Amino acid sequence: MSDTPVADIKMSARGLSVHYGDKLALKGVDLDMAAGEVTALIGPSGCGKSTFLRCLNRMNDTIPTARVSGRVILDGEDVYGPGGIDPVLLRARVGMVFQRPNPFPKSIYDNVAFGPRLHGLYAEGEELDTVVRSSLEKAGLWNEVKDRLIEKGTSLSGGQQQRLCIARAIAVSPEIILMDEPCSALDPIATAKVEELIDELSQSFTIVIVTHSMQQAARVSQRTAFFHLGDIVEVGATEQIFTNPANPLTQGYITGRFG
Amino acid sequence: MGIGEQHIVKSFDIELGKLDEALARMGGLAESQMASAIQALESRDSDLAAQVIEGDAKVDACDAFINEQAVKVLALRAPVADDLRTVVTALKVAGEIERMADLAANAAKRSRVLNQLPPVEPMRSLIRLGRLALVMVKDVLDAYLSHDAERALTVRERDQEIDNVYSSLFREILTYMMEDPRTITPCSHLMFIAKNIERIGDHATNITEMTYFRVTGKTVAEQRIKTDTSSSAGAEDLT
Ligand SMILES: Nc1ncnc2c1ncn2[C@@H]1O[C@H](COP(=O)(O)OP(=O)(O)O)[C@@H](O)[C@H]1O
Ligand SMILES: [Mg+2]
Repeated sequence: MSDTPVADIKMSARGLSVHYGDKLALKGVDLDMAAGEVTALIGPSGCGKSTFLRCLNRMNDTIPTARVSGRVILDGEDVYGPGGIDPVLLRARVGMVFQRPNPFPKSIYDNVAFGPRLHGLYAEGEELDTVVRSSLEKAGLWNEVKDRLIEKGTSLSGGQQQRLCIARAIAVSPEIILMDEPCSALDPIATAKVEELIDELSQSFTIVIVTHSMQQAARVSQRTAFFHLGDIVEVGATEQIFTNPANPLTQGYITGRFG
Repeated sequence: MGIGEQHIVKSFDIELGKLDEALARMGGLAESQMASAIQALESRDSDLAAQVIEGDAKVDACDAFINEQAVKVLALRAPVADDLRTVVTALKVAGEIERMADLAANAAKRSRVLNQLPPVEPMRSLIRLGRLALVMVKDVLDAYLSHDAERALTVRERDQEIDNVYSSLFREILTYMMEDPRTITPCSHLMFIAKNIERIGDHATNITEMTYFRVTGKTVAEQRIKTDTSSSAGAEDLT
């Protein structure tokens, strides 16, 4: 594993393992995620990328067979430690965007207002309006939906729905945004818009993205981690991984000589 | 799962393979252009020189093909890692070979002028310089095509020898011109040809470095030592 030291660590995993029943899906993974950076997770299907991502905001807690061991540290605090962070609060700090856009069957406005309301962050009315607007603006969706905020979120196109989900995630002012293959259901234009959004969001948020597109990892991330069989084989600056990976497995995977 | 030599998408291997095939063909052509240019000089054969001048177009055609093929692979396959290095170095190596062949053709042009003039003694040393460069070019192309970084580094050392022979040849030619001003015209052509050959050595050196980069992903860090002092020879006469 060739790792370059990460400047400003926002979140890190140490010896992170996950069992589903008897099956060991994640084998003691170490990874540092830097503040204000995009970290891409790549690797073949079933290698544990989603499992890893779900550990970061304790989404695995919702899977009955899943057992997590090891540590996830957010700003120096152990997410799984005794008296650790409350999972609901943690998920406000560590938001998630999924592969398939999954807006609630509610209005566009209510979709974005959902998190702030859940956490009682803002007063109904003008205050909440401002948050909804600024979240939609940050998600690059405001101009497209400002005149139809009462329409259902599900009435939007796929790409718009995904940006709505991103607006929903950022409405609670998270510090970290996790994205699990956020563009795999989108066409190239919608994908480009989401990638541009990731670029902009990375100024204010720490982003961890799982992607099956090598080119997407190359385009949007500053660091790339290559997962294989539940382990990280190599992690490094994205530029280095895609021009001169240290590990032959990484090279085999990204060049398509892996089978 | 494991890694293999071959890409899962077989046509990708074919497209990449075309680059090496074209470089092998182009390199072979450039070598024979150089060999013929040297032969034309040595045997004062103007017909052979004419063939060399004509033959340059074939090398240029190879260069054009490699450019197109590389752009196509970049656009359609978005290569990364060693595949990317293969494509990028193919582009650059083709450029170097094209320049080497140009220099050989230029030497052939001058040889036709030389054939109109009486022979001069330093031609023997010039032929020796040409043969040295030719061997270096052959070896570096072999190293490139066989992905041999170590061999490329060894070949790279040889540029020093070419530079040394060039510097002493430069002095030799200068001496002849000073001793017998009637030789100034042929000797100045000789001087330009010698410079061409020395430049061929530099292009070959560039290819050794590209070979090293293609194979290892690293640049040749160590700095080359330049001991070619011909650029200051005769300076004392100018002051
Ligand atoms: N809820 C689950 N129950 C049981 N096994 C699971 C569950 N989720 C994932 N796995 C298994 O864990 C391994 C890693 O899966 P996952 O994290 O989804 O990989 P990736 O996201 O890299 O495709 C796979 O073998 C998968 O079958
Ligand atoms: Mg997954």
